[in-house]
Amino acid sequence: MPDSNIDNVISARGLLKVYGAQRAVDSIDLDIRRGEIFGLLGPNGAGKTTTILMMLGLTDISGGTVEVLGFNPVREPLEVKRRVGYLPDAVGFYDHLTARENLTYTARLLAIPRRQIDGRIMEAMERVKLADVVDKRVATYSRGMRQRLGIAEIVMKKAEVAILDEPTSGLDPHATFELLEMIRGLKREGVAVLLSSHLLDRVQSVCDRVALFNKGRIALMGTVVELANQVLGAGHPLLVEASQIDVAAVVRSVDGVQKVTRDSDGNWRIVADRDVRAAVAQRIVTGGGSLVRLADLQPSLEEVYTRYFQEEVRHAA
Amino acid sequence: MPPSAAVRVGSPFTGLGPVFMKELSDHLSSIRMLVLTLFVIVFGAFPVASSLQQLRTVVGADAYLFLRIFTIAPEQIALPFVQALNFVIPLMAIGLGFDSVNSEFNRRTLSRVLSQPIYRDALLLGKFLGGLVTLAVALVALWLIVFGAGLLLLGLPPRGVEVARALGFLVVAIAYGGVWLAVSMLFSVVFRSTATSALCALGLWLFFFILWPMIADAITLGFVPNEIRSVDQLLSLQELSLALQRLSPGTLFTEAVIGLLNPETRTLGPMLPSQMRGAIVGAPLPLDESLLMIWPQVTGLIASMIVLFAAAYVIFQRQEVRA
Ligand SMILES: Nc1ncnc2c1ncn2[C@@H]1O[C@H](COP(=O)(O)OP(=O)(O)OP(=O)(O)O)[C@@H](O)[C@H]1O
Ligand SMILES: [Mg+2]
Repeated sequence: MPDSNIDNVISARGLLKVYGAQRAVDSIDLDIRRGEIFGLLGPNGAGKTTTILMMLGLTDISGGTVEVLGFNPVREPLEVKRRVGYLPDAVGFYDHLTARENLTYTARLLAIPRRQIDGRIMEAMERVKLADVVDKRVATYSRGMRQRLGIAEIVMKKAEVAILDEPTSGLDPHATFELLEMIRGLKREGVAVLLSSHLLDRVQSVCDRVALFNKGRIALMGTVVELANQVLGAGHPLLVEASQIDVAAVVRSVDGVQKVTRDSDGNWRIVADRDVRAAVAQRIVTGGGSLVRLADLQPSLEEVYTRYFQEEVRHAA
Repeated sequence: MPPSAAVRVGSPFTGLGPVFMKELSDHLSSIRMLVLTLFVIVFGAFPVASSLQQLRTVVGADAYLFLRIFTIAPEQIALPFVQALNFVIPLMAIGLGFDSVNSEFNRRTLSRVLSQPIYRDALLLGKFLGGLVTLAVALVALWLIVFGAGLLLLGLPPRGVEVARALGFLVVAIAYGGVWLAVSMLFSVVFRSTATSALCALGLWLFFFILWPMIADAITLGFVPNEIRSVDQLLSLQELSLALQRLSPGTLFTEAVIGLLNPETRTLGPMLPSQMRGAIVGAPLPLDESLLMIWPQVTGLIASMIVLFAAAYVIFQRQEVRA
């Protein structure tokens, strides 16, 4: 492959999956770099799970190629699966067994030497804060604990790549937060993480890059800021709250400012092509106004997502 | 659909050991296994106890006395031990296999397990072997109980050749169980619902036990000409009936067991051991000739087990992993 790169842990070229007449995954190109957290986003049925299953060799590929850590999942699935951790959506464990027994089974399948198994299980369970319930039957685990047990399995495996399908679905905000912390922990250890999700604002906080899936195609790909630029056309939106001054008048001449509007609360929204906070603050203060608030409005993935799919619908109509 | 056609790298048996050990320990520690074992013991104990009662009165008269424990139809309950096994082994095998694959789907463990370095081949084979060994453990235990009871109550040790024949019987019984285990695993692959798969397996079992003999008779009757003119015609009709009966694994099992445990048997037909005993006169065959005689039946059992397993494998390979 011409542009395959050793820094890529996963690279797909023209990856295709056909179910009957339907193209569930339609010729996608995708590169996941070593050590990054990559988010696959898209509405239900967009083809996220199918893409993931093809990367793991768990379903046939209809066309194109995919390489995971330099291995071909079609020909060398065992090599891929030895190095990649997978947390399926709605992960299941053997309820009648304890967490330790469940992980021991996985460890045996991974051919981890017997003497190391217990140590690695305990280490992993401590990482996901389940060490105290390691000998409880999984039947007694809550949804969030099961997800964490799934993460523990990946930690125990010492996977180089972690693929998480909807890891936060069905979790309460606190459990979601904890799980995302664990995902960041994986990244700190140099594990590349590929995750799919619907919870956009949560995903935004952990993902280095995202790909927006739509009907089997990747509609947009890049960092959240890049996507926002592409879809919302906004570089750096700012929120300004100030009194005793006409903000629009003094700020409009600042270099880089593209648009100044006043919202219904009387606050000002400034859109600029770069970070203009310092200049804006200075103008307001020297102009005699009192600056109450100056906030960087992060482009929200939610907004990007909604706007993008609205546009889609409009174009289609 | 995994890449069955593509050239795969790595042994298809990677991970077979862990799957086998897990299945075995799951089975052996399950309540279900306890129930099945109780069932088998109850079914086995009555015929054996009454056979022994009866046999104690004829000590010394019979060279193969020990084997009669397995085959005679006791006066009180008219059910030889081997017939009881013919009936309960399928039940036990179905009980062990009917949910082996679909329960992994339903518990959503399948995709997690298959994302470990293991091919589906190893998963299915490990499950099958786990079930088969569980079955074998139960049958060996039962066999030992019967043997021990015989030793105690008859008060004389079996001869070497009797032990050899009884061991052969054990092997045939395990192979018979393997056929039904493969049947139930096939259904567990085909149907996502465990209830449906159990129902189908049990339905097939009842079909072969109750309906098939009648259907085979009816088909044979359909071929009967207006008037039978020669012995050849009669023989060919009988062969047809036999061939049809032998499509049922139960017939193969019964025939093989009769050949092994009734050394006097010289030809095999779909008859009950009790009928056989009265019908056949003559010197007992040596063990090797008996083995030669039952060889087709044993091969038939093993072959059908392999074919059923292969069918389950092919279907499993084509299934999507997601629930
Ligand atoms: N076994 C199958 N047979 C036919 N079509 C299928 C099959 N599995 C999935 N599909 C179709 O493929 C498309 C992509 O499904 P996929 O599960 O990959 O979506 P997804 O992005 O993971 O959705 P979700 O967010 O709901 O999990 C869907 O339209 C689905 O209907
Ligand atoms: Mg999905």
